[in-house]
Amino acid sequence: MINKFVLRLFLGSLVLFLSAPLVVVAGVSFNEKKSLSFPPQGFSLDWYAQIFTDDGWRQALFNSVGVAIGASCLSVIVAFPLAWFLWRFHAPWARIVQVLGLAPFILPPVITALGFLSFWTTAGAYGQPWTVVISHGIFFVTLPLVTLTLGFDAVDDSLVEAAATMGADDKTILRTVILPLILPYIISGMAFAFVLSLNEYIVAYMAVGFTVETLPIKIFNSLRYGYTPTMASVTVLFVAVAVIVFGLIARFGDLPRLLGAWRHDEDG
Amino acid sequence: MKLKPQKFADYATIAFPAGMLTVFFVIPFGIMIAVSFFQRVQGAFYEPAFVFENYARFLTGFFGGILGFSIGLAALVAVVSVVLAFPFTYILTRMSRQAQVVWLVFLLSVLSLSEVLIGFGWSTLLSRTAGITNLLVSLGIMDKPMSLSPGFGAVMTGMVYQTFPYTVLVLYPALSRLDPSLVEAARTLGSGPVRSFANVVVPALRNSIVSTLIMVFVFALGCYLLPQLLGKPSHWTLSVLITDQAIYQSNMPFAAAMAVFLVLVSLSLVAISLLYGKKEHAA
Repeated sequence: MINKFVLRLFLGSLVLFLSAPLVVVAGVSFNEKKSLSFPPQGFSLDWYAQIFTDDGWRQALFNSVGVAIGASCLSVIVAFPLAWFLWRFHAPWARIVQVLGLAPFILPPVITALGFLSFWTTAGAYGQPWTVVISHGIFFVTLPLVTLTLGFDAVDDSLVEAAATMGADDKTILRTVILPLILPYIISGMAFAFVLSLNEYIVAYMAVGFTVETLPIKIFNSLRYGYTPTMASVTVLFVAVAVIVFGLIARFGDLPRLLGAWRHDEDG
Repeated sequence: MKLKPQKFADYATIAFPAGMLTVFFVIPFGIMIAVSFFQRVQGAFYEPAFVFENYARFLTGFFGGILGFSIGLAALVAVVSVVLAFPFTYILTRMSRQAQVVWLVFLLSVLSLSEVLIGFGWSTLLSRTAGITNLLVSLGIMDKPMSLSPGFGAVMTGMVYQTFPYTVLVLYPALSRLDPSLVEAARTLGSGPVRSFANVVVPALRNSIVSTLIMVFVFALGCYLLPQLLGKPSHWTLSVLITDQAIYQSNMPFAAAMAVFLVLVSLSLVAISLLYGKKEHAA
């Protein structure tokens, strides 16, 4: 009895801790006036409309979504041949390339950001809008690389052997057998990269902070001059996008497996 | 059956990712290391040189203070996160699949949140006008609402908020692969759920706990905005200082030198944590 109560209390406090800032931000986003107060005074959806009607915020939204789409595509384009090669061939040296693909995510982000800043400055492209797409594409390559590696591991060897026995070459096997099987992993890797790119601040800031404003950059810049309720509505929008995207991955894919769980009945 | 790559076409597939990662990750890294030896030029950016003065600044008391604070803060955050996340992750892996999925979606959503948004969220929650103290006042616990940020408590809270979902996801694979018969055996032999957790689960995953502590420590070390948004200048960490030097003081060589230092610290710690993880795998 007591154990059950303690358990509920523990889980309940964690839910409260994790959702409290989001609840308050959602609350202040409905304030009628431009003040930071909770519980909200009055009710208004103006600050949500502002994201789309105000030129600055709309531009930042377009920038962010554009960068996230470009970067998530690029990260898959880089990760796919690498994951395929690692699965198809036995080549220990290729592990070095794999480690390079995992490194940006393990190292503190400031380091990758500073690397890009010195690189783009040296290359003379500092501040060009496309540099942030490449920077994010490389920075988030880890995510599709991890999901695709899992996807290739899940491919049943006998299917590949059967196709090979029937005379299919590598290219045909890739197109007709493997691609349909790992499509969910491509999509989920891309979705992870998309959501994280949307939220990423430091790499974007160091690459193009003075020329292109993405939403996190705009929120940070506005924070330095005080409070605008649009920050709150953008935050709510971002949480909603994340919940929808990860919810869809969970709905159509195997989220626990993607995150490294084995089902015990699958062992062996 | 895996083959050795033979034809030119076999190598061609890895050439593209290898090339991209070399050009856009290895070379930037190299340039950063080079810049760390460059000389800063007042009023301009920097000029090529080979000086150690950027590294020599590590020996100053100012830098020592920041480094000590960064390490202490990251260690404290890592310990708090793991202490909270380990029992939670254990409970999570014992839930129904559906409940696990709901939790995982929630945790991933929090984890993906920008530091900017987390900082904004907590500064709102800890503010005087919209914050938690208003609730305490209406409950009669406090006299009047006050601001709890900036401060050390606010920095800690924000950072634990950010690292908690990460910690859970790092622990999740190890805990979900834990053989359930271990705990069942302990339960059959008469120990309660808490005792079997403390005496069986924790020791069985000792190495995972150590490697997770290190991973979370490195993650917390990389936190670049929360100390700035929720703390006072005395709560700035190495990552904040690097950003500040690079962007606002335009002192790229010094920023690069600190970044190289941070890489070395992080890489050696990650290597240690991988070794620990391996040991358990072999056992």
